[in-house]
Amino acid sequence: MCKWYLQPGEQKDVAVSSRIRLARNLKDMPFPNKMTPEQKYDVIQKVSDALLQSGDPVAADYRFIDMDKISRNEAYAMAERHLISPDFAENGQGRALLLNTDESVSIMINEEDHIRIQVLAAGLQLEQAYQKAEQIDTLLEQRLQFAFDSNLGYLTECPTNLGTGMRACVMVHIPALEAMGTVSQLANTISKIGLTMRGTYGEGSEVKCAMYQISNQITLGISEKAAIDNLSAMIKQILARERQARQGIDHDKLEDMVFRALGLLRSARMISGDEFLGLASKLRLGIGMGIITEVPIETVDALILTCRPASLQSEAGGALDAESRDKLRARKVRQQLNQQ
Amino acid sequence: MLCINCGKRQATTHIKQTVNGQTHEYHLCPECAMKLGMASFNPFDLSDLWASLFKNDTPEVSETVKCPGCGSTFEQIAKRGKLGCPECYKTFYDELLPSLRKLHGKTHHTGKVPGNADEGTKTARALKTLQEQLQSAIESEEYEKAAQLRDQIRRMEQQEGDQ
Repeated sequence: MCKWYLQPGEQKDVAVSSRIRLARNLKDMPFPNKMTPEQKYDVIQKVSDALLQSGDPVAADYRFIDMDKISRNEAYAMAERHLISPDFAENGQGRALLLNTDESVSIMINEEDHIRIQVLAAGLQLEQAYQKAEQIDTLLEQRLQFAFDSNLGYLTECPTNLGTGMRACVMVHIPALEAMGTVSQLANTISKIGLTMRGTYGEGSEVKCAMYQISNQITLGISEKAAIDNLSAMIKQILARERQARQGIDHDKLEDMVFRALGLLRSARMISGDEFLGLASKLRLGIGMGIITEVPIETVDALILTCRPASLQSEAGGALDAESRDKLRARKVRQQLNQQ
Repeated sequence: MLCINCGKRQATTHIKQTVNGQTHEYHLCPECAMKLGMASFNPFDLSDLWASLFKNDTPEVSETVKCPGCGSTFEQIAKRGKLGCPECYKTFYDELLPSLRKLHGKTHHTGKVPGNADEGTKTARALKTLQEQLQSAIESEEYEKAAQLRDQIRRMEQQEGDQ
């Protein structure tokens, strides 16, 4: 089965991907920051058994990864593909991962909480992603006792996740709104209704490819469905605004810009990560608007996820200096875009 | 300046007192201030008071409450922003509540309940959901639906009472 980001999804012109994360902890066990190595091992054993020995047909689709046994580079490459958190990649001690074949479901064991179930889906698919996460959660709770309080809900190491333990997140590609300078205003509005917005693929505030993640902030006193509905409603508004803003761009200039981006990506022999992201963003805009039809949007999304340093090194099978990475990146991009 | 009380010794304690908008100034010598009970401005020592609360029950005064599950104190939790174990939520419930309200606006979970949660928890949650549905049915003037929900709630409450 092809990876999740190559699968179909709705509203892909603006909504890149959807993500659901559920935080769960075992009863009668300290949270990871207070656990001994033995306790961590015990939790890894219990959680992986709960899934892999469940007898459920879904279990056959998962593989167990001891985070301490894989190379740091391989772990960072997983973080680049959003399968795990950067912190989980950095320190593998007492941590394990359960990952399914298309990489749409990853279960981190002993991250900030004992269990973090994460589901990724292409485009805007929050409900479907939640259902998938909820199924895994229900499967796990048949063999595990979760820390739960009737007032406070699922108990988590950090009170910011208390209640549902659910973080829903949509990544949006909004180059037109960004060009209009309305992003900070948008972030402001969003923060007032219990949502939060942050840039992706950039240091601090500098976002290289107009991709932003919008997620729910509140987890206590709101049901999973209500939180997802709130977020979806906001995302749909953003989609509409972005599309409207795209129509306002001078068509000739836009066409010139996106075809130039495609030309560069198809011909360059060396391309840095930043330059690639900037051009990929323009190309994605062109595809989203129907100007470029020979390249599927999935190809661009796949390249964005797999052309970062650790992923390239993982593909090459060893450490690469910046120049070699730029060469490999250009070759990979060229191959993918010239196939069509 | 001489003490206004004895008129003999040098005044070293100066007090300004405002009662109902009327300000009075008193200048007293140490002896007279002591005699009139105006010598000390520390009415009582807070740490003594705190300790006195434990004096009756516990032979040794414990300085801070520790979570029985993991030994964390509230101070440690507040400093790290992370709790030590699920039990911490029970131990420091009252201390945590204001910050939870600040974080989430609410302090009552309304989402999923684990399938293996105890029956009481499940019933309480189901009732709460029905009550919320009833409220919104009334607000949207769907009276037929509201009546059905009301009956359902009554039945559940009765069953719970029987048990």
